[in-house]
Amino acid sequence: MAWSREDMCRRAALELKNGFYCNLGIGMPTMVANYIPENVNVTLHSENGMLGIGPFPLLSEVDPDIINAGKQTITELPESSYFDSSESFAMIRGGHIDLSILGALQVSEKGDLANWMIPGKMVKGMGGAMDLVAGVKKVIILMEHNAKDGTSKLVKECNLPLTGMSVVNMIITDLGVFEIENEKIKLIEKAKDVSLEEIVSRTEANISS
Amino acid sequence: MEMNISSKIYNTPKEALSGVLFDGMIILSGGFGVVGIPENLTLEIRDSKVKNLTVVSNNCGVDDFGLGLLLKTRQIKKMISSYVGENKLFAEQYLNGEIELEFSPQGTLAERCRAGGAGIPAFYTKTGVGTIVAENKEIKNIEGVDYLMEKAIIGDLSIIKAWKSDTSGNLIFRKTARNFNPPFAKAGKICVVEVEEIVETGSLDSDHIHLPGIYVDRIIKCSSYEKKIENLTTSVGK
Repeated sequence: MAWSREDMCRRAALELKNGFYCNLGIGMPTMVANYIPENVNVTLHSENGMLGIGPFPLLSEVDPDIINAGKQTITELPESSYFDSSESFAMIRGGHIDLSILGALQVSEKGDLANWMIPGKMVKGMGGAMDLVAGVKKVIILMEHNAKDGTSKLVKECNLPLTGMSVVNMIITDLGVFEIENEKIKLIEKAKDVSLEEIVSRTEANISS
Repeated sequence: MEMNISSKIYNTPKEALSGVLFDGMIILSGGFGVVGIPENLTLEIRDSKVKNLTVVSNNCGVDDFGLGLLLKTRQIKKMISSYVGENKLFAEQYLNGEIELEFSPQGTLAERCRAGGAGIPAFYTKTGVGTIVAENKEIKNIEGVDYLMEKAIIGDLSIIKAWKSDTSGNLIFRKTARNFNPPFAKAGKICVVEVEEIVETGSLDSDHIHLPGIYVDRIIKCSSYEKKIENLTTSVGK
């Protein structure tokens, strides 16, 4: 039994440490916020210019001027602050954000990341992803282990256009948790009831354990 | 407003943009998604029929709102953006080769404009090293790390949205509607702002001004703001 999306988010949430400033990407990474342990206090950064993201609003509380980077309506907290986009990315580029969790299309053994573009399909843009992976202290990728067609997303070399080179530190998939060290992927934790053989057979990249 | 001695206050979007629009110009348009966009000035640019525009904006509006309106009328020749995924019309015109697109990573885009307004012609950043963003750009190794040179952007005009202005043009923004508006204001040769409220100079706390009036040339208060929501997400209901 591989991990469900909920299990993956819950596992990723364990990487958020007390006092961290974190940026959670669009999609599944945003959901990690729902699983942060109660005794852990983290401040969530939204690259459109906010620190201290609160929960989604009640319908009666919706304010069109408060959104996250996924353009979802959100709320503020007592500790929240707002700032402009150049300040927001100065925080990112300057290494002040402790952790970013992002999705991916491919991650290579060297920690190269491709997550913004599939040639031949409409290109939507990289948004803030290139800035985040270049500037944030630790980058964790949260993704399904295999693409819909079954191909491995942990690859020897990315063949999709890169978001950043040697930028990924950790990968959490439905099969387990991996770290990248010295240009090698190391398995550090298996999902419940998933065997090493299954992981190896479903992975293109070389894995050490 | 009653009698006003300030020359920065204009009465309508049309007046506020009179004499500053020309074909082929570069316009910086504030906002993130459709939050904090100068929605009334954008309508006026559409009605002015100015064309062959290069528009710098993080996004390109949605199909029927914001910059999407200028796509419909084919007034935009080129976009410089970080993300254009919300706009079907954009995709269509791009795939037909009708519109040019320069992708700039979001933080790089903000900094290129901040730098433009601050008299810095270019800067080095790690963002984009080893990606297609680095193509044809100088790479410089500084103390063992590769950086990419990115050039500043200066616009012929910036159109921005703020919450409140005083009659001197000192601005206060509201919540995440601030976003690209301050750096874009700084990088426009002329900056026109639309606001929800104009107050007398002296009634805002000088310590709480987000953008000093030196960056603001023309101000209009608009009577209506649609403030569309792209992605309504609430904590109850399905």
